[in-house]
Amino acid sequence: MRKCSLDSLNAVFAKIAEAAELYLPVNCTDGSAAFSKWEEGKEWSNNLNTVKSPKEFFFPQTEDLVAFKTSGKNIEIIDTRKEREDFVVFGVRACDVKAFEVLDNVFLLKEPYDSYYTNRREHGVIISVACNRPADTCFCKTFGIDPADPQGDISVWKTADSLYWQANTERGAALLEKIADLTEDCDTAAVDAEKEKITKIMSKLPLANLTTEGWGAGKTQELFDSPIWAEMSEACLGCGTCTFVCPTCQCYDIKDFNTGKGVVRFRCWDSCMYSDFTKMSAGQPRLSQKERFRQRFMHKLVYYPENNNGLFSCVGCGRCVAKCPISMNIAKVMKKIGGKENE
Amino acid sequence: MQAITREQLINKAVALLADGTVKYVLGWKKGEFDYDITPAVFETAEELNADFVWNDFCGANFSKYLVAKTRKLDGKILVFLKPCDTYSFNQLLTEHRFDRDKVYAVGIPCNGMADIAKVKEVCGDGISSIATEGDALAVTTIYDDEPVKVAVESVLAERCLNCKSKKHVAYDELMGEDGDTLDSNRFDEVAKLEAMTPDERFAFWQNELSRCIRCNACRDVCPACTCEKCVFDNPTSGVENKAPANSFEEKMFHIIRAFHVAGRCTDCGECSRVCPQNIPLHLLNRKFIKDINEFYGEYQAGAEVGSRAPLVNYTTEDLEPGEVFDRRDTNA
Repeated sequence: MRKCSLDSLNAVFAKIAEAAELYLPVNCTDGSAAFSKWEEGKEWSNNLNTVKSPKEFFFPQTEDLVAFKTSGKNIEIIDTRKEREDFVVFGVRACDVKAFEVLDNVFLLKEPYDSYYTNRREHGVIISVACNRPADTCFCKTFGIDPADPQGDISVWKTADSLYWQANTERGAALLEKIADLTEDCDTAAVDAEKEKITKIMSKLPLANLTTEGWGAGKTQELFDSPIWAEMSEACLGCGTCTFVCPTCQCYDIKDFNTGKGVVRFRCWDSCMYSDFTKMSAGQPRLSQKERFRQRFMHKLVYYPENNNGLFSCVGCGRCVAKCPISMNIAKVMKKIGGKENE
Repeated sequence: MQAITREQLINKAVALLADGTVKYVLGWKKGEFDYDITPAVFETAEELNADFVWNDFCGANFSKYLVAKTRKLDGKILVFLKPCDTYSFNQLLTEHRFDRDKVYAVGIPCNGMADIAKVKEVCGDGISSIATEGDALAVTTIYDDEPVKVAVESVLAERCLNCKSKKHVAYDELMGEDGDTLDSNRFDEVAKLEAMTPDERFAFWQNELSRCIRCNACRDVCPACTCEKCVFDNPTSGVENKAPANSFEEKMFHIIRAFHVAGRCTDCGECSRVCPQNIPLHLLNRKFIKDINEFYGEYQAGAEVGSRAPLVNYTTEDLEPGEVFDRRDTNA
């Protein structure tokens, strides 16, 4: 384990940025935080969560896939792919790191591989940070995530005056090597104390006792026709807030943009809350907001685990809990429809 | 603290359910915390007693829900309306968007609603409970042993700080005292934007709108946005726009929406309340309201049912197009 003082953080960031583009959460003018490219003068935000999750680094909201140009009867196919240069994302929370695993299962681990996603994943180094001040909306523990022990290529713990670094992968170790001049060896005493502190805080959170009981693989028949879906979706606006702030939502649409002389084919995030989601020639399979609402939660808590060895595709980051315009969210759904332990 | 209590509202709803005046009640339902309140339909006294809430976080405007609910539900619906909500209610009636006969509107006074983001700025995150104590909120967090007292006045939502009216312009029945329309400072921020140079103003909106994630929450909550199918959602419209191709398109979405609701927007402020990125969208709408007031005389959308908005009502006193052109020198 290595450590550096918080005062020297700027120099550490500068050193990392010499080798690769560095991104970290910085404050926006409205008081929220967003991942932004580091440059001299930019400071690491104290905010717990960025509004948008870091999934964008690997799965951007929009990206061009290919372009077509027509001249006469010929169609020219233009490869618009951009190879990603090496980059580093600093300050990723334990929940958001776990979310990469959820996305990997979709895009990376099973054929057909998504080459666009894979390219970015191969070039990104993740530096996670332990959460020492979780919010009321946090419930990562429900999904077995330990915010005191975040994963990623490198894990970082912040105390009052220092930052502690631990490499978890070869890529992480290589990066730590680059900043070796600015860090020093240390024991794990301070980090152990910090972990203990975080664990204590976690037990006090309002959603600390939320469980996945009643959910998971094999629950489709039992939960699909529950009358509670109608009640819980009653006020849903059908906006895309929950899906677009979600670190694990992975659905996308592929659209053609008519440039006048050809076509740019791009993909963009889609939302199961939208009226034209998965619309096909036979129409939209989910006719009302009730079905769309149900789809989101069944996907995260039943269908995905069914296809991925029981792994849930919610990581309890709490973004949707904090941002839903009508304050309806996965925590309420899990309690209402889930098992007895939540009652 | 609100002038009317939760108990008074529940008693009113229970009485109206009992005497058959209404079959459903549109109200605020409690959540996991004391501030995450969801609009809900209640049908029985038991449901109301269990889950109905009325506190300083009941900001949601129910007017737009009446469009869907009056079609779907098979009986009369009781709706509680704060003064600002009644303007949206009237505007929707003007546009024939719901069946007035299926609604029983109860006007309730409002002392302004708190903004949870502002509360968190003061108390930090990790809130475990919020209790109302007179004009203050007692906020307990998991990080402090003692609750922090916050004056409600200091954490009011922007739209409440610039409240335009405590007067109800529509109701079947009124609870408590009715108020008056107010001289608000709601156009001050617009005036500041007008005083900027075009470059400064462009930079301002560029910064704000660059955060937009295109979730459409502003549109979906807006009582003036009740098209059966929004042009931006319609794959056959040719302008369907699920994602912005570039930052220019992002601005176009919001500007087109502001044009579309111009003259019909009552300035209820729901767009800015729900924006996950805290974009001050209401300023676009207020610019139109301010311009309409200055060009055609004071006009408040929703003040009465059936009024003709200046933009769709030609009079010989209307200003000449050239007068608008002359304003270019003032940047506005």
